[in-house]
Amino acid sequence: MNARTETRNFWLLVAIGGGVTLAGLGAAWLMEEHGHAITGMDNQVVWGLPHVFAIFMIVAASGVLNVASIGSVFGDAVYKRRAPLSGLLTLALLAGGLMVLMLDLGRPERIIVAATHYNLTSVFAWNVLLYSGMFAIVAIYLWTMFERRFNHWSQAAGVAALVWRFVLTTGTGLIFGFLVARQAYQSAVLAPLFIVLSFGWGLAVFMLVQSALFAWNGQSVPGPVHRRMARLLGVFVAAALYLVAVYHLTNIYFARQHAFEAFVLLGRGDGGSGFATLFWLGFVALGSLLPLALLFHPRSSARSVLAASLLVVLGAFAFLFVFIIGGQAFPLEIFPGYQVSSSFGDGAIAQYRPSLPELLLGLGGVGAAFLLTTIGVRVLDFLPRDDKASAGAKGGD
Amino acid sequence: MSKPHNAARRGFLGTAAAAVGGVMLAPGIQLIEVAQAATPGASAKVRWGMLIDTTRCASGCTDCVTACNTENGLAPPARSTDPQWIRKVEIKEIKTGRAASLPVMCQHCAEPPCVDVCPTGASFKRADGIVLVDRHSCIGCRYCMMACPYKARSFVHEPLADQRPDVPRGKGCVESCTLCVHRIDQGDKTTACAEACAKAGHGAIVFGDLNDPQSEISRRVRAVASVALRADLRLDPGVRYQGL
Repeated sequence: MNARTETRNFWLLVAIGGGVTLAGLGAAWLMEEHGHAITGMDNQVVWGLPHVFAIFMIVAASGVLNVASIGSVFGDAVYKRRAPLSGLLTLALLAGGLMVLMLDLGRPERIIVAATHYNLTSVFAWNVLLYSGMFAIVAIYLWTMFERRFNHWSQAAGVAALVWRFVLTTGTGLIFGFLVARQAYQSAVLAPLFIVLSFGWGLAVFMLVQSALFAWNGQSVPGPVHRRMARLLGVFVAAALYLVAVYHLTNIYFARQHAFEAFVLLGRGDGGSGFATLFWLGFVALGSLLPLALLFHPRSSARSVLAASLLVVLGAFAFLFVFIIGGQAFPLEIFPGYQVSSSFGDGAIAQYRPSLPELLLGLGGVGAAFLLTTIGVRVLDFLPRDDKASAGAKGGD
Repeated sequence: MSKPHNAARRGFLGTAAAAVGGVMLAPGIQLIEVAQAATPGASAKVRWGMLIDTTRCASGCTDCVTACNTENGLAPPARSTDPQWIRKVEIKEIKTGRAASLPVMCQHCAEPPCVDVCPTGASFKRADGIVLVDRHSCIGCRYCMMACPYKARSFVHEPLADQRPDVPRGKGCVESCTLCVHRIDQGDKTTACAEACAKAGHGAIVFGDLNDPQSEISRRVRAVASVALRADLRLDPGVRYQGL
C-alpha cells in the first residue's frame, strides 16, 4: 500500500469512527434533553442497553491487557511484542466504556460530583478510583515500553497493571455480586466469573484488531502465533462456560431461585423465551460451543479463528443482555409465596425494548474506542513485529 | 492642612467604614441566624417509622397514594417510567388463597442498601432514621434502585413542571418516599398517607416515633405481632406490617 492510499484509508477510518462517536454523543444529548423517557428503560429495568455496551467494553479492556501481561510478567517473547497494542486497546476500550456509562447517567454534567464525593462503601465509588488508576498505570506501562531508558521498569509496571486489572474486574463483578436485593445477582462467584470472561472477551477483541492491523499493513499474523493465541482463547472460552454453569447450578440448587432460573434458562414467564433463546443460542451455542469447535479443530484456519473471535464477542453481548436486562426484568420477590400485583409492576415481568438512542449511545462508545485505536496505531508504532524464529519457537501456552 | 483636621477626618472615615461594614454584614449575620434557626437538625433520639395494619387496609382504596401524590407534587402515574413513591400492592397467598392489600413505600431501613451503594453519598440516612436523596449530589446512576429490595425508588425520566416548593425534585435524579420530612421538620406529627388513611376511616397507617415508648406506634408494635418485609435481609426497616 503506498503512502497516499494509506493516508486516505486512515482518514476514512477516522471519519467512520468519528461519525459513529458523534451519533452516540447526539443520542446522549437527546437523552439529556428529553430525559430517559425516550429510552426503553423504566423504574424496573433501570440499566439498559448502554450498560450492556459499557460493561462489555470495561470487562474487555481489562482482559485485552492479558496479552501484555503474558509478555511482560511471564516473559513470553511473542506476547511481549504485542504488549504495546494490548495496552493501547485497554485504554481505548476503557475510554469507550466509561463514555457510555457517564453519558447514560441521569445527570452526566454532575460527573465532577462523582470525582469529588466518595462514599467508600459503594462499589461504584471504588470503581471510579479503579478506572482512573487503570488509565494511569497503563499509560505508565506503555511509556516504559516505548522509552528505551525506562525499558527495565516495564516488568514492574506490567506486574502492577496485572494486579490492578484483577482488582478492577473484581470490582466490576461485585457491582452485581454485592446486590443483595435481586435474585439474579448476590453471588461471590460473579467476581471470578467476570475475570475469566474478561480474558476471553479481551483476547477475542485483540485478535480481531491484530488481524485488521496486519491486513492494513499488507501482512498476516504468523501461523504459529495465530494458533497459539487461538488455543489460549479456546481455554478462556471453556473456563468462562464452566463458571457460568457453576453460577446457574448454584441457583438451581436453591429452591427460592427456581422461578428466576426457569425464567432465564427455560423461558418460563412473559417474555422469558427471548432471554432463554439469547442465553442458549446466543451465548452457549454461537458464543461458546461453536467458537470452541472452530478454535480446536485440527484444520483450523486463520479465517475460522477470526470467525470464532467475532462469535465470542457476539456471545458476550448475548450473555450480558440476559445477565443485566433479564436479571432486572424478573420481579423482585418482596412477598415470597404470594401472587402479587400493583400499579408499579410488582410481581410482573418487565417488558424492555431498547430504543434507538440507547443503541446509538452504546455504538458511540465502540466508535470512540475504534477512533482512539486508529489514531494510536497511526501515531505510534503499535504493529507487532514477529521474527520467524521466535514466532515458531514455542508451541505451547 | 492642620493636624487636628486630619485627625477629625480620619476619625470620620473610620466611623463611616465601620458603619458601612456593619450595614453590609448585618443582613448576612441575620441570614445565618435564620438559617440556623430553620434547621435544628434531626435527632438521633427519634426513630420515625410506620406500622401498617393490613387487616384494616381496604382493597381498591388508594387514598394514601393520592394524598402522597398531592402532598409531593407527583402526577398520577400512567406509565412504568412515572415515579411512584407509594403504591398499593394486592397479594394472595398461593397455597391458601388468603388475600390482602397493603401500601409499599421506602421502608427507611436502619441498614439501607441504597445508602451503601450510592457512589456520591447522595443517598443518606438522617439521624432520625429517615432515608433521603440529596438532589444536589445525585448523579442519576440508578445503582440505589438496583440495590433496593422493595422497589421503593423511582427515577425521574422526564422534565418536571409544577413542583411543590417544599418538595424539590429534578429530572435525572432518583427519589422516593421522604416520610413527609418537610412536615416533620415543621413540627407536624403525621404523614400525608397516614392522615388520608385516617380520614378515610381505615386508620391502617400509624406513623410515629419508634424510640418513644409512650407513642402509639410503640405501644402497638409491643402489643401486636408485626413483621418487616424481607426480614431475611436484616435491614431493620422503620416500616412494619401487621396481619401478614
